[in-house]
Amino acid sequence: MEKIEDKNQQPEEEQVVNPWEVSAKDGGKIDYDKLIDKFGCQRLDQPFVDRVQRLTSRPPHVFLRRGVFFAHRDFNDILDAYERGEKFYLYTGRGPSSEALHLGHLIPFMFTKYLQDAFKVPLVIQLTDDEKCMWKNLSVEESQRLARENAKDIIACGFDISKTFIFSDFDYVGGAFYKNMVKVAKCVTYNKVVGIFGFTGEDHIGKVSFPPVQAVPSFPSSFPHLFSGKDYLRCLIPCAIDQDPYFRMTRDVAPRIGYHKPALIESLFFPALQGENGKMSASDPNSAIYVTDSAKDIKYKVNKHAFTGGQESIEKHRQYGANLEVDIPIKYLSFFLEDDAELEHIKKEYGAGRMLTGEVKKRLTEVLTELVERHRRARAAVTDEMVDAFMAVRPLPNMFD
Amino acid sequence: MQLKSLTSGKAHETSFHSSRYLQLPLFLPFISALTQKLTGTMGYSKDQLLARLKELQIEFSQYEHPVVLTVEAQAKYVGNLGGALSKNLFLKDKKHRYYVVSALADTKVDLKVLSQRLGLGKGGLRMAPEEALGEILQVPLGCVTPFAVVNESARHVSLLLDQGFKNQECCFFHPLANDMSISLNAHGLDKFLKSIGRNPSYIDLEANPPVGKDQPPDLAAYVPSDSPVLSDLSEKAPSSQDSTGDSVGAATKTAAFTAKAIKPSGNAKNVKEKSADSARPSIPAADAGKFVEELLDRASALLLSEISEDSIKQHGGQLGAEVANNVKKCLREDLKNLATIFKNTAYTEGFYAGTRCQPRRL
Repeated sequence: MEKIEDKNQQPEEEQVVNPWEVSAKDGGKIDYDKLIDKFGCQRLDQPFVDRVQRLTSRPPHVFLRRGVFFAHRDFNDILDAYERGEKFYLYTGRGPSSEALHLGHLIPFMFTKYLQDAFKVPLVIQLTDDEKCMWKNLSVEESQRLARENAKDIIACGFDISKTFIFSDFDYVGGAFYKNMVKVAKCVTYNKVVGIFGFTGEDHIGKVSFPPVQAVPSFPSSFPHLFSGKDYLRCLIPCAIDQDPYFRMTRDVAPRIGYHKPALIESLFFPALQGENGKMSASDPNSAIYVTDSAKDIKYKVNKHAFTGGQESIEKHRQYGANLEVDIPIKYLSFFLEDDAELEHIKKEYGAGRMLTGEVKKRLTEVLTELVERHRRARAAVTDEMVDAFMAVRPLPNMFD
Repeated sequence: MQLKSLTSGKAHETSFHSSRYLQLPLFLPFISALTQKLTGTMGYSKDQLLARLKELQIEFSQYEHPVVLTVEAQAKYVGNLGGALSKNLFLKDKKHRYYVVSALADTKVDLKVLSQRLGLGKGGLRMAPEEALGEILQVPLGCVTPFAVVNESARHVSLLLDQGFKNQECCFFHPLANDMSISLNAHGLDKFLKSIGRNPSYIDLEANPPVGKDQPPDLAAYVPSDSPVLSDLSEKAPSSQDSTGDSVGAATKTAAFTAKAIKPSGNAKNVKEKSADSARPSIPAADAGKFVEELLDRASALLLSEISEDSIKQHGGQLGAEVANNVKKCLREDLKNLATIFKNTAYTEGFYAGTRCQPRRL
């Protein structure tokens, strides 16, 4: 049996990780080992990465190689089934709370695209416009509008339209999807959901009844136009580790209503420019790199706002080397610099003090600018008609090809 | 169903070919003006518009008069004929996005309020410069009209219509020329706009709702989300394998033009122009020719950078194999992404056509 987290038992000085709050102990770094332990998921270690490489006959994604996606639940079952010839589908999503997407938002989508290409499986993407309407007090129209705008950035990550279904809750909830929502809701008591998500008597009933909406895309029968007759189909959910509570609840309910438990593959948090202790926030545009930033903006933000582990003076730096543990440019490069050898070289030289912070920052600026430019060009090719097509309730006959 | 004169297709082709041979660091505004001038000669004419209205069976009356440049002047000729006069503003924001605001002559339009409601801040809206009238709306001075959005060049222009039009029996607009006014009712205008793929929506232009942290700008949806005309599908030399860290910097290597970069970019050595056609937003064509050209351009740019005196010295006879390997390694992901965009665009075209397909006649 898996541990279901009871939020009320968390002592004060522990780190807090749930869908609405992420904070480290004493303003320090998030302890991921402790998190894995507390949540009860597994580490995604090197044998896994090698196995993925073998099964997909291609080099594993940079996020796997660098341990960005570092934890999982039942990913081995997915791989076992895949080896036997049984397919699965992917499920990920976004809460469209703002128009401006930053690189941290793109990470699960970049990884999901890789999974779609490598395993040749279909994907459903949920836009929780209802959640944002409720939690951020947006109007229904505004949250729907943001959902469509975000859909464009998501599409720009390169998903294959013949294998991808994007839906917004306001548009899609109903029919078979709603039937599953009720089935799930019947299995979770009010006390349980308060324990998992920390709702209080002051929270409105919309919030309390939301969790089934995010749970139910894990079940293939929620999408009769895609998976009818395929009730056995497994689901793999790439997400950031703060979403774990939703899916712990889902995994607890699944066997009780006769479905496979969804598998998860979870990522670290993307650090803010100001450092691990900083918070990326929409109100501080300098805390993150946005997909709408120009090359000039990126250069400015990296040069002026990235927290570095370099020493105060060049002499000290040459003597002691950089502190790679806290250095943000190195961290960002480990997310986005494809070439393993080059990254190793930079880390070695920078850590020894032979390379200066300015050079590292310059390389980072190049990498980020290329990434953002590529995204922007792809984004410009996305039209409203394309969004309509991605979001249309239509069959995907070639979804496993 | 948009009427495009046959000649406009040719004008596009001409500009595409001529700009391909001009492989110099060209300044963006120059290219913008050039391609728009070439397409500008093919703007919709008054007669074409009137014919189209008749074709769509939209009821309207037309009145010829001497050329007028203002609402007051127009009123002298058609002011007593029962219809309401309109005033039309052509506006621009700081990010070079354009808006046509069409309102009843006595509706008060406050640009500061409108700017805030659109989410552009307090001073975000200005009157558009005269040249933009000709380039984008393709109408003469004093002739701004909602009908101008029929032109390709005005694809990105956002149209804001006064809800006051709906209460009038009919309203006067210029039919792309100042020597005539036509009067029609809001239904007729809607029918026309729908026929060119526009979704007409009317707003209360005099409203002044608060805009703040918890009250998002209510007209934010009217801000054009796609970047205007020129941009995107121009090349960059792939920088992924360049580890020499030369000092020219990120801007050179990745100098893809976007709508923001409307200033002379001396760094644009590696960038070639594409025709204005390629960045059209709604219903773009999945053009196999353009797609292949882009793939070939990238591959050849990479090849050129791989083959140098040094690399010849280093690899000698093996250079072919070495370069082939590198090209594959560097371009694989890039080209797959381009191919996916192409596939998605083609699928979307097909999907759009499919949803409007007429059932087979039995």
